[in-house]
Order: sequence, then structure tokens, then C-alpha cells
Amino acid sequence: MSVALQLGIIVGYLLLALAVGLVAYRMTDRTSSGEMLGDRFGSKRLRGLIAGISLLYLFPYVMLQQVGAGTALQSLTEGAIPYAAGAGLITAFMILYVVVAGMRGIAWTDTLQGAFMLVTTWVATIWVLSAVGGPGAATEAVASTAATADFLSLGSDYYTPQWMLSTAITIGFGVAMFPQVNQRFFAAGSKTVLKRSFALWPILCVLLFVPSFMLGAWAAGLEVAVPEGENVLPAVLAAYTPTWFAALVIAGAMAAMMSSSDSMLLSGSSYFTRDLYRPFVDRSISERREDFLARSGVVIFASTAFVASLVTPGTLFELGDAAFSGFAQLALPVLVALYWRRTTRTGITAGILLSQAFYLGNLFLEPIVAALEFMTIVPILGELIPLLIGLLTLVLRGTYMGWTAGIVGMGVGLLVTVAVSLVTTPAADERRAIYFERLGAD
Amino acid sequence: MRRLQLLGWTAVGTVLCALAVPWFLWGDSTVVAGLPLWLWWHVGWMGLASVVFWLFAQRAWGIGIEPGREGDSSDANGSETSGLEHGDRSSRPATGGDRP
Repeated sequence: MSVALQLGIIVGYLLLALAVGLVAYRMTDRTSSGEMLGDRFGSKRLRGLIAGISLLYLFPYVMLQQVGAGTALQSLTEGAIPYAAGAGLITAFMILYVVVAGMRGIAWTDTLQGAFMLVTTWVATIWVLSAVGGPGAATEAVASTAATADFLSLGSDYYTPQWMLSTAITIGFGVAMFPQVNQRFFAAGSKTVLKRSFALWPILCVLLFVPSFMLGAWAAGLEVAVPEGENVLPAVLAAYTPTWFAALVIAGAMAAMMSSSDSMLLSGSSYFTRDLYRPFVDRSISERREDFLARSGVVIFASTAFVASLVTPGTLFELGDAAFSGFAQLALPVLVALYWRRTTRTGITAGILLSQAFYLGNLFLEPIVAALEFMTIVPILGELIPLLIGLLTLVLRGTYMGWTAGIVGMGVGLLVTVAVSLVTTPAADERRAIYFERLGAD
Repeated sequence: MRRLQLLGWTAVGTVLCALAVPWFLWGDSTVVAGLPLWLWWHVGWMGLASVVFWLFAQRAWGIGIEPGREGDSSDANGSETSGLEHGDRSSRPATGGDRP
């Protein structure tokens, strides 16, 4: 079950390495994809649009970390630390990290947290396996239980090839558009470092994901009871390892969660100040004030996400999927703009807007329909509502022959960007040369 | 020459993406040494991917990404067209790998 999901993620990372490689070099000297495209198309609004969309999807991603930490701590302590307290704790830490440490601190903590997570995952796997008699025995247990026998085969009725490809591709392209990944790659400075990370990426993915998802699959075969809506890892650790060790692993996982969310919050805050506040509200803002604004932005953003994760936890996967696919909608219009001279401002703006509308419409179909039904009380307009609802539910169907809305939306973005660019002419202040003649530096 | 090289790397990238999932083992639950066979394939394939990425980084870094990598900036016209052409093709490994 989780096996297929994990596989999807790993394929995604392979695609990611390719996608990031393609994007990274064209973006030198700029700190965000919004800034890069804003420069190229001479458009403040386009820059703001991309920053706004990025902040929108950062929100469920930060929630993902909070929900994850809340449920993990709750099940590890068997309810002594309630969900809300766990989620609150990680929120407090995220804020503390960003507000106190800033970018330099984050680069160091990221490395340490990542290494800690990798080591604890492997020790946990070896520990559990030695307790149950090795991987052969653990796999045997999965295969011999009727309910889990098909966990070992590749794919299932639910995890179809379409589903797996959709997941892999949206994750791959989504991650490439994640603000902190974007910014980290541009900041990599040294080509040697970038090349080395590129080559090591697939190996690190395997080292991290294979043991963690096999632990999940083995746990199912060993009949470790996982309470509804909770994580499997704390349960399997509680069953086979001492409490202090389980606590250490959970700490490792939380550290890793924090390491991604603190960088996200930091990138998010720079998107907010540089791409939204400065161009639209106050161009002459002082550095000190901008810094203050960025930090308060982080506090507000993280706290709001915390409140949201208390009210609508959703499942972890749904939240993550929403964030990955949402960012993935940006990838193809951006790639087209980077590689195709004929891309116009109208083209890329239409591509981004329509694919976002399509994807968000799919995500929020129910509330949209409910809102429309409410509108039927309005005279005249009310008569058109059933037609509108019929049309919406016809277009927005969640999955399309097994393919997810995320991947279909990517296709919409690509088609619209290309088609609209072909029928429009570039605006006078566009700087088409910027990626093609290397004259772009201000 | 550069064009040929680009086509070659495009093909390699496409195959690398397309076979990251062993489609020919679909529905197969053969277990080898305690892990499903398809998982072994995947582990091995990622190892291969790492080697290919390393080779690419050593020999062809920047192909289709940095226009005029070998030329200098005075050759603005030439690098402009090559950048466009390479760009068109180099976006393929990513999208091409999507639907094998």
C-alpha cells in the first residue's frame, strides 16, 4: 500500500533532479522564480502572482508538518501529549528557528537534521528486523497474511499505473517549484557542489525511503495495530524497540520536518517581502523594517497554519498532495518561458491562471458547488445556477481516466501557455533576450 | 556534434525516467533475499541513475541549459539560436519520460 506511494515519490525525485537541473541554470542572480519571470516579462503583476500562488501552497505544506508532528507525538506518548500540544510545539520551534537563526543557521541545522534522520531510520530498521528475525522472516509475515499478501506486488487495483505516474510527475515537478528548493539551488554558488548533489540525489533517496517504507509494509504484516488516522512508525517502534529509542526516532523525524518547514517559512517570507510587499505596497522600505516585516510574517503564517491544522486536519497525504500538485502547476509554464523565445506575457499569465483555476476548482469542488447552490435564491441569476453547476461538475471530475487533476492541470497549463503565446504578440516592455543572449544582468 | 550529443543524453534521460518503475514486473510479488524483486530493481536503477548523473555532470554539464557553454559571449548570435534549439529539445527528457 504505502509501498506504491513511496515508489511514486522516489520516481518523482528522479524527475525532480532532471527538472531542477533544467531550471536552475537559467535563473542565476535571481532569488525567486517570480523575480526571474517578472524581469523577463517586465511585469510586476506576474511576479506578484507567482509569489501569491507559492504562498498559497506553502500553507498546506506547513500544515502537513504540524499534523505529522501532532499525530506522531500523540501516538508515541499514548495520548499523554495531545495532538494539539504536539502540533503547537512544532509550530513554536519553527518560528523560533526562523526568527532567531535566519538563513545561515538554517543551512547548518538542515544538514545535521538530515543526517540524524538518515541514521535513526537505519538503526530503527535494523533494530526491528533483528527483533523479528531478519528481512526474510518479516517479508514472509507480510506474504502469509491474507490481508497484506498483495502488499508485496507492484501496484494494485487502487495504485494503478496512471495513479503512480501522476503522483511521481506532480511530485517531481512540484518540488522543483518549491520556493526553498528553488532558492537553495540558486544559492548553491559553486558548480562543483551542484554537480555533486545532482549525482548523489538518487542514492540518498533510496537510502532514506527504502527502509522507511519497508518498515511500514513489514509493520502491516506483523499485525502492529495502527490507530485510525495515526502514523505507523511510532506504533511499530513502540512494539519492537525500547521507549527511549522510539522517542529518539520520532525526534529525528520531527527534526527533519522542522528542517523543511523552517526553510519553507524563510523562503515564503522573502517572497512576501520582496515580491509582494516591496513592489506593491512600499518600494522604499528600509532594510530594518523589511526584516521586521519578514519575521512577523513568519509568525502570522505559521500560527494561522497551526489553527487550520487543528480545525481541518485532513489526511497527511491529501495535504502533501495538494501542495506538491499545486506547485507542479507552475512548472511547465515556467519551463516553456525559459526555453521558448515566443512565450509572451499574456501566454504565460493565462497558462498559470487557468491551470491554477482548474486545479483549485477540482480541489474545492464541493464548497464551490455549495456556494453556488446558496446563490440560487438570487433572482434571475438563480436560474443559471443549475446550468453552471452542471458545467462545473462536468469539467471538474477529480480524476480523468485514472489520471489526477494535478497532472491534467499541468497539461492545461502547458497547452494554454503555448496556444495563447502563439496568438498574442509580446508586450513592448518584455525582455525576450534575457535567457537567450545572456544580457540579462541589470 | 553538439546536437548529436544532446539527442543522446535526451534518450538516456527518457529511458532513465521511464524504467525507474519496472513496469514489466507489474503485479509480480517475487521476493528475493527478503525484499520484493521490483524493489531490488528500483534500488539498482537508482544506483545506475546516480552513475549516469555523475557522468552527465562530468562530461555534458550545461548541455541544453547554458547556451553557448563552449563558445564565448562575443558569439551572441550563434549561442542564441543554439540556446533555442537545445532548449526545445532539452525540455523533452522531463516531459518525454512522463508517458512511456
